Amino acid sequence: MSRLSDAFNNGKVFIPFVTCGDPNLETTAKIVREMAKNGAGIIELGIPFSDPTAEGPTIQEANIRALSSGTTTDKIFDMVINLRKDVTIPLVFMTYANVVFSYGCEKFISSCKEIGIDGLILPDIPFEEKEEFLSVCKKYDIDFISLIAPTSEQRIGMIASEANGFIYVVSSLGVTGVRSSITTDIEAIVKKIKQNTPTPCAIGFGISTPEQARKMAMVADGVIVGSAIVKIIAEHKQNSPEIVGEYVKQMKNAISDL
Amino acid sequence: MQQNNGRFGIHGGQYIPETLMNAVIELEEAYNKFKNDPEFKKELEFLFNEYCNRPSRLYYAERMTKDLGGAKIYLKREDLNHTGAHKINNAIGQALLAKKMGKTRLIAETGAGQHGVATATAAALFNMECEIFMGEEDTKRQALNVYRMRLLGAEVHPVKTGTKTLKDAVSECMREWTSRIADTHYCLGSVMGPHPFPTIVRDFQAVISKEIKDQMLEKEGRLPDAVVACVGGGSNAIGSFYNFIDDKQVKLIGCEAAGKGINTFETAATISTGREGIFHGMKSYFCQDEYGQIAPVYSISAGLDYPGVGPEHAWLYDIGRAEYVAITDDEAVNAFEYLSRTEGIIPAIESSHALAQVIKIAPTMDKDRTIVVTLSGRGDKDCAQIARYRGEDISE
Repeated sequence: MSRLSDAFNNGKVFIPFVTCGDPNLETTAKIVREMAKNGAGIIELGIPFSDPTAEGPTIQEANIRALSSGTTTDKIFDMVINLRKDVTIPLVFMTYANVVFSYGCEKFISSCKEIGIDGLILPDIPFEEKEEFLSVCKKYDIDFISLIAPTSEQRIGMIASEANGFIYVVSSLGVTGVRSSITTDIEAIVKKIKQNTPTPCAIGFGISTPEQARKMAMVADGVIVGSAIVKIIAEHKQNSPEIVGEYVKQMKNAISDL
Repeated sequence: MQQNNGRFGIHGGQYIPETLMNAVIELEEAYNKFKNDPEFKKELEFLFNEYCNRPSRLYYAERMTKDLGGAKIYLKREDLNHTGAHKINNAIGQALLAKKMGKTRLIAETGAGQHGVATATAAALFNMECEIFMGEEDTKRQALNVYRMRLLGAEVHPVKTGTKTLKDAVSECMREWTSRIADTHYCLGSVMGPHPFPTIVRDFQAVISKEIKDQMLEKEGRLPDAVVACVGGGSNAIGSFYNFIDDKQVKLIGCEAAGKGINTFETAATISTGREGIFHGMKSYFCQDEYGQIAPVYSISAGLDYPGVGPEHAWLYDIGRAEYVAITDDEAVNAFEYLSRTEGIIPAIESSHALAQVIKIAPTMDKDRTIVVTLSGRGDKDCAQIARYRGEDISE
């Protein structure tokens, strides 16, 4: 079992997301420490990309702010090295294929291993294109996270049976962003996944409130929240770490007794 | 079941979110079913001929030929198609396919507006809903086309993200498609994006080279020595090249937009200045920085103002079958004015990039040689902008 799968051994996992470098990397490091301190089980670190086609306006704007502040892949690696002095929970990178491909697959993924990253999420790499990245991830013992969407239907078995770390279950059609309600029959999707694999399932896209988190955690093993956190950071900037910490604590509390 | 779909050498593929995978698989299955269906082919040919005004003329540009004093120049008049550009070939084809698939709504990106107009036209003809995504910057550069789309019943969404041009319109269209798939077909306008789009669009545009071949054999009794076309994503170019790929004696020349020059940051010449990457569903050449961030490209031509190129072009470049050159704004504007005065034909600023290359090479070729240049669209839409480029402010 991987460190990522193991993170699901002690109850439901709250997985917060942050765009690295928004508004700057010092603030991101503080945010990550607050998240870890307040109950995050895994943290998703977003490496900004100029044209994030799977993101809604909130995270798109965070990507632009991060790139404008001079954030680069190498500077993010340095931040992670620093974080690893005291942050022990699993960390995964979330970015777009070109960021990894352009850096060099081998160079990027071997660096992940060296600095203590546990997994990689690339929303623009579907099952059919994963081999180029997965083969290198396997070599360096990094979990390549699979995504399953409401439209996956007959593809669920195929994707689930080859998944490792955890499975990112996309809650809704469309892009990332806060939603007032989630209408997909998540329970049926998770059930189908569970028939094919013991790999834990975490649900993301559209979740922002403790009530939504609780509802999702009742059917899955973990809950991923991105845009709601990025909104707090956009509003409070350098002063956001404590507020994000408080939010993470609240969300974790909402799912911890399940 | 590991697949390796839609590859042109190492280029192409399907680099899209899982949410869209079943949609492209469904599209591929439908296309494979209909592309050889006699009924579908008959309907498409009828629409091409009766509605789009095909076959388009292959016109001998005698004054231009004499003035340049070299190779004999033929213009493939895609500008005379209904809606004024080659874009209608693909839009009609995809709309017919979408209709057969039971889709009731078309969405599309557009740069110069020609593909948006073509899609809005097809949607009106087939009684489908239509929404067009266009960079806010381009809605200003091409205000007339925005009005045409609205007149045809389409809703136009100005895209305010990123550089507010074609690349951002494509991104926004992909986002829209992930949010509403069941009734919606994404009518992609160029030979780019995830498989099967580069193949579908190429097949619908290949009618251009099929006609050129027939027309040249009829007029000259032999194939042309060179075929020249402009390349943004590359749909009119691949359409002009496709049926000549196996005829090795025919030189294929694609003309990219150099903007203010390939040594400046204000350029959109992907093959000249880009490198291999993964973006907008495909592996191909892209203008990008050292960390893979997509570059904010520039060209006077909204239709060529794109940081990538279709995967089949990337492959034709790799194997040396086609040659790609970069044409600056200045050269294109000169060619725009030149054809207007010499032949009485106002070309699109996109097509003017191809004409500029012909102006360069025709004098270096013998008089018994022939060049076909694809006039991908007409230039009425560009007049106000070219006037501004020359320091004259005219109101439309």
